[in-house]
Amino acid sequence: MPALTTSLVREDGSVAGRPVLEMHGVSKRYGRVAALTDVDFSVAAGEVVALVGDNGAGKSTLVKAIAGTHRIDAGQILVDGTEVTIGSPTDASALGIETVYQDLALCDNLDVVANLYLGRELRRGRSTLMDHETMERRAADVIGELAAHLPVLTSPVSALSGGQRQAIAVSRAALWGSRVVLLDEPTAALGVAQTAMVYRLVRGLRDRGLAVVVISHNMADVFAVADRIVVLRLGRNAGQFDPASAHPDEVVAAITGSTGLSAGEDIS
Amino acid sequence: MTTTHAEEGGVRAFVQRLPLPRDTGSLTVVIGLAIVWVVFQALNENFLSARNLSNLVLQIAVLGTLAIGMVIVLVLGEIDLSVGAIAGVSAATMALTVTRSGWTPAAGIAVALLVGASIGLIHGAIITAFGIPSFIVTLAGLLVWQGVQLALVGDGGEIPIRDPFIRAIASTYVPSPAGWAIAAVALVAVVLARAAGRRRRRRLDLTVAALRSELVRLALSSVIVVGVVALLNSYFGIPWVLLFLVTLMTLCTLVMHQTRFGRHLYAIGGNREAARRSGIRVRSATVAVFVIVSVIASAAGVIEASRQFSASNALGGGTLQLNAIAAAVIGGTSLFGGRGRIYHALLGALVVGSVQNGLDLLGQPAAIKNVATGVILILAVIVDAVGRRRRLARGAAD
Repeated sequence: MPALTTSLVREDGSVAGRPVLEMHGVSKRYGRVAALTDVDFSVAAGEVVALVGDNGAGKSTLVKAIAGTHRIDAGQILVDGTEVTIGSPTDASALGIETVYQDLALCDNLDVVANLYLGRELRRGRSTLMDHETMERRAADVIGELAAHLPVLTSPVSALSGGQRQAIAVSRAALWGSRVVLLDEPTAALGVAQTAMVYRLVRGLRDRGLAVVVISHNMADVFAVADRIVVLRLGRNAGQFDPASAHPDEVVAAITGSTGLSAGEDIS
Repeated sequence: MTTTHAEEGGVRAFVQRLPLPRDTGSLTVVIGLAIVWVVFQALNENFLSARNLSNLVLQIAVLGTLAIGMVIVLVLGEIDLSVGAIAGVSAATMALTVTRSGWTPAAGIAVALLVGASIGLIHGAIITAFGIPSFIVTLAGLLVWQGVQLALVGDGGEIPIRDPFIRAIASTYVPSPAGWAIAAVALVAVVLARAAGRRRRRRLDLTVAALRSELVRLALSSVIVVGVVALLNSYFGIPWVLLFLVTLMTLCTLVMHQTRFGRHLYAIGGNREAARRSGIRVRSATVAVFVIVSVIASAAGVIEASRQFSASNALGGGTLQLNAIAAAVIGGTSLFGGRGRIYHALLGALVVGSVQNGLDLLGQPAAIKNVATGVILILAVIVDAVGRRRRLARGAAD
């Protein structure tokens, strides 16, 4: 069973730079289309990496490779320095990797606690009965730690707003993902205040020592939460940026492939 | 907009303090049932007599049993159109083995339930293996099993049941003192379970409901239980079939709300893809549900055969199948999956049974009964559909 919330608090409290997930020379083809070619990628504990790129740049393919929905054709994936094979979402979960999909995958008819424990409900000792109370306690704890501000945990998810639903999906990842959390376009459908809440959640995950990968189209997102920006273009690495020193135009230029600083002059 | 919200809030806060079922759907049904009872009592003073209510219980035993299975299937987001035919085949099997082959009643009932389980397994396997809607598979099942029932019953049109044990199932009453003892044990069990739940919540520092509202709810349930037992005891006692129905309800409620299996059924009915992605085995759960609903249908068939003292080729036919779906939906279970409680089966069966019983008392023909049941069903579905649209609108607006 993956580690639960209590084990997420790191004893030394440090937010170290040790890479949790590394990918070297990863390639993936769909028939004759090369979706990823010789891509390197890494994310460290306590780091938020933004993965950006145009449509078809290979972001989704890379995420699916990490989440276990697609196998890679060539290259290495290392978790905590050990080479691993991620053949299914179950493998990814077992390695402490959780993905928050764009559609969130919540059951609207169930309450917050039930959604957090979907498919992994706790049982009371060896009996077949569920342990509602422990689940509610731990759910309240993880939501409190992330400051996710949800109303009653026992109300159905259908009554909640888009931002709150995103918060549940992120909390679920935090509850089960002991190492890496992937977020696919987490702010795509959200308003300003809710987007700010998601940023706070992402920073909360990072401060708990998790490695966070955010896939996004949105430059504002990227510069607001990322510690490092990784650009993919046409399935290849197209540069890395430090949001503290880089200008958004440089990142846009890397995404579109124009070499000059002026993103408008696309010479490719 | 704001003013209506405030008014609604005031009313809702008041309603929430009452010890009533938490979803407004069942509240509507309870009120509807009360209206039905008041109207029929006004039209015929015998309606609320102990004798008639005892009859009502016997009349809804089969319908209520079938509706319990239907609630489970509907929660999963599927439907079973063949439960009536399954009841018929099972009853015929039991009658054949006991009456013709001279098996013991226990063996006959066991074979009937086994036949039900096998039919459910076939339905579930076809639905999951080929991805065919359960509507179609069980519609085909309805035709097939009705055919099998006709073949089993043969030219006589019915197989008489002479075994005293099976005949006694639907016509025996629990002796008065035993009835009180059972009621007392049930109430004590509820109190102990609630107390244990409160203790666990307090230990984990979770919010605990106010003791007063808990006691009010408990007092209300006690009044209902004592009232029903007193009423039934003033006639012949608690019918065994009511005891069976309540036990089945309790068991199914436990499975649906206290086990992972039940939780997974709600998850699949709510969002199949999310359930699949979170590792829930959707196919095996679907097969299991069709086995469960078919076994419950077989049990209903056994009760119906006991009531009629025979397994006829009409058993489980007619409007019974459709009334079972109607009862589940009228009780408040959604046709769209993911929403429904086991007690909805009893509530819905009470509404359908009361209307039919009341119209019988007034000497109305079957035509009127069918129209009345149909109108109530459509009202219930409208309530469900409107509620669903409101939920969707609210989700989008926030």
